[in-house]
Amino acid sequence: MRIGVFVCHCGSNIAGTVDVAGVAKRALSLKDVVHAENIMYTCAEPGQAAIQKAIQDKKLDRVIVAACSPHMHEMTFRRCVDNGGLNPYLFEMANIREHCSWIHTDMPVATDKAWDIIKMAVAKARQLEPLWANEVEVNKDVLVIGGGVAGIQAALDLADAGLKVTIVERETTIGGVMAKLDKTFPTIDCSACILTPRMVDCAQHENIDLMAYCEVDKVSGYVGNFTVDIRKKAAMVDWVKCIGCEICVQKCPSKAPDIFNVGLEPTKAIYIPFPQAVPKRAAIQVDYCRYFTQGKCRVCERVCPAGAIDYEQKEEIVQKRFGAIVVATGLDVFPWEERYHEYGSGKIKDVISGLQYERMLNASGPYGGHVHRISNGEDPKTVVFIQCVGSRDESVGRPYCSSVCCMYTAKQALLTKDHCGMDTEVYVFYIDIRATGKGYEEFIKRVQTEFGVKYVRGRVSKLYEENGKVMVRGSDTLLGEQVEIAADLVVLASGITSSPGAVELAQKLNISYDEFGFMKEGHPKLRPVETNTAGVFLAGACQAPKDIPATVAQASGTASKVVGLLAKDKLKTSPMIAIVGQKDCVSCWKCIEVCPFSAPEKLEVRPGEFKSHVIETVCQGCGVCVANCPVNCISLKGFPTDAILDQIEEVLLV
Amino acid sequence: MAEATTTQASGAASTSAAPGGSPAAGAPGAAGDRPVKIIGIVCNWCSYAGADTAGVGRFKQPANIRLVRVPCTGRIDPLFALKAFEKGADGVLISGCHPGDCHYSEGNYYARRKFELLERMIHHLGIPKERFKWTWVSASEGQRWQKVVTEFVAGVEKLGPREGRAL
Repeated sequence: MRIGVFVCHCGSNIAGTVDVAGVAKRALSLKDVVHAENIMYTCAEPGQAAIQKAIQDKKLDRVIVAACSPHMHEMTFRRCVDNGGLNPYLFEMANIREHCSWIHTDMPVATDKAWDIIKMAVAKARQLEPLWANEVEVNKDVLVIGGGVAGIQAALDLADAGLKVTIVERETTIGGVMAKLDKTFPTIDCSACILTPRMVDCAQHENIDLMAYCEVDKVSGYVGNFTVDIRKKAAMVDWVKCIGCEICVQKCPSKAPDIFNVGLEPTKAIYIPFPQAVPKRAAIQVDYCRYFTQGKCRVCERVCPAGAIDYEQKEEIVQKRFGAIVVATGLDVFPWEERYHEYGSGKIKDVISGLQYERMLNASGPYGGHVHRISNGEDPKTVVFIQCVGSRDESVGRPYCSSVCCMYTAKQALLTKDHCGMDTEVYVFYIDIRATGKGYEEFIKRVQTEFGVKYVRGRVSKLYEENGKVMVRGSDTLLGEQVEIAADLVVLASGITSSPGAVELAQKLNISYDEFGFMKEGHPKLRPVETNTAGVFLAGACQAPKDIPATVAQASGTASKVVGLLAKDKLKTSPMIAIVGQKDCVSCWKCIEVCPFSAPEKLEVRPGEFKSHVIETVCQGCGVCVANCPVNCISLKGFPTDAILDQIEEVLLV
Repeated sequence: MAEATTTQASGAASTSAAPGGSPAAGAPGAAGDRPVKIIGIVCNWCSYAGADTAGVGRFKQPANIRLVRVPCTGRIDPLFALKAFEKGADGVLISGCHPGDCHYSEGNYYARRKFELLERMIHHLGIPKERFKWTWVSASEGQRWQKVVTEFVAGVEKLGPREGRAL
């Protein structure tokens, strides 16, 4: 065996704490190691060339790169050794950066640990065998989960590329949060004018199947071959017959909370969220419907000209198959009422959230765009905006910046002047102004100078009612004094939180998520739209708070990645899978019992004699069967038991 | 044909590290003051990546752990832990995805059954249960990884290096 060890400096990232030249030299003392060198940047062109040259010159049959995490560059180096003429699975990575140089400061200690890590990699490499990837047929249909602007953009891009797309949206209409917005920053474009034609495009596109009022129930399979159970919720209205005329909504006697209008005014138990809804179909909120709660009413059934009301409608599960899945589940607004008791916990009528204000400003909102005090309907003379409510506030468990509030607050401040007159007093309390997008800083300046919005740097400590006003007590940290403003209306720039159900969905898809429920990308820079589960991609605010331009850009990026994946007719699958040594198999079928993917099957090896056999294209390589086989006859390629034990032994050897 | 070469050597690293003279390479047989050595077996998707996240965040940790990467905690045979103790490990740490988060759906549930059991019976083998730990650390929990490692190492250090290497 001829092993080559390449120790990376990674500039000073590794060499600053680990004596790379020393360990490289020492690696030559290891059995089978015939070549060792330290390289400044192993992943760069000269570094890769050095590896390939050494494979040729020294006839290496195993390559170790001691550098960063395999999650960072394992694929890079597998390609490198492949191009250098070595089977890519005879490569092993020793992580001496993330797991060593970056977490230790003492050079002798870090060097010693790096040495151990390299020894372990060499020990493992001795047990590796050449492997060859399998190929599997690809289903070219794509599932987009979420019909907000991210899902719409991704779906349209994919459909335009010729792929069949299914959008699953849990509300009765697509559009998401953007459909609720009045204008968009920094151009003050009408949000609906941008979005609603795109929504219509989705509904009319020959390649898009729009499944509104549906949820993803169950996901199985793997990249190229996902099977998804989609639950069609019961709208109690036959959507094939419903024509969206809204007569039922007008005649319905029962009120129900209006989620679309963020609870500003009630809607009816049978509802259509907004006039431009796509699909424009009615649904009954059964918890509020008089017929479902009291057993009589049926007004909607009587007035419906299409005969679409169906009180007996049941949920149904539709099973579909996809090659790739795009998660675009978006965001929710931070529930400030639960955490900001100093702001009245939602009990002060004239204190509303930014999204509620958006609905108030919107001409198709519940007030026809009339900005007024909720308490008495009067036009406000003084409006106060408070930023960072549920963002950058560790006291409510939200340390992150929601990234859009500075800009939407400035936009709303401008629109306040526009709706209520330039003589309206508008104040914005802020911590910092974060206006990093194209034309954003200029927009803030314009709001401050041209529109005379007064920016006060400081937090508001308390909101309380006095003499019919909302008293805003806070500090101006630039002037170093306390301020108190008697406001007619207070708008809280409530931050972004992950969409309800995001974590449950992530678990169904086997993708990672963070403590706030935002889904984790494969790598922030190398794989920003992929997840660590092959075939599952991210778009929009489900990954992190972001504004509309960033969301749309990411969605298009995601779509292009999906197109790239599905452009191939066959996919290469990882060859690091389980294999059964049938000679020793005792046909106990324990492997079949434990496999999460139903990869092992009973194979008739001789008439009447069945042994376990792992279907190569189904196996995902978890190794659960290996650890559960009572006779140890299953091996996991790439992670053989001997390699694991040798690593342990190597590091403990004296 | 052993030969050491240097490509684009940075000069940042000195070549003077004394081979074999490292502080952590003490003999398990002669316990004394040597640093404890702990084997960590972690799943590729959550805990290995969580340790990466800790590295990216520069969350400093004691240097006593050596990690073995496996695809899933479900692939870990309890024998791996016992083998490590047999070979002289002062502690064994096993970490995977939180329940519900397994990349392979349910591998960590199989692991949970096994290691719950191993934890309860390990003292019968003469190994104090403080030398063995299994836990969950997700890919985004860099700080949690730091905490798990720091606390576990401190606990094992309290017991000190194991005398002798046989079980």
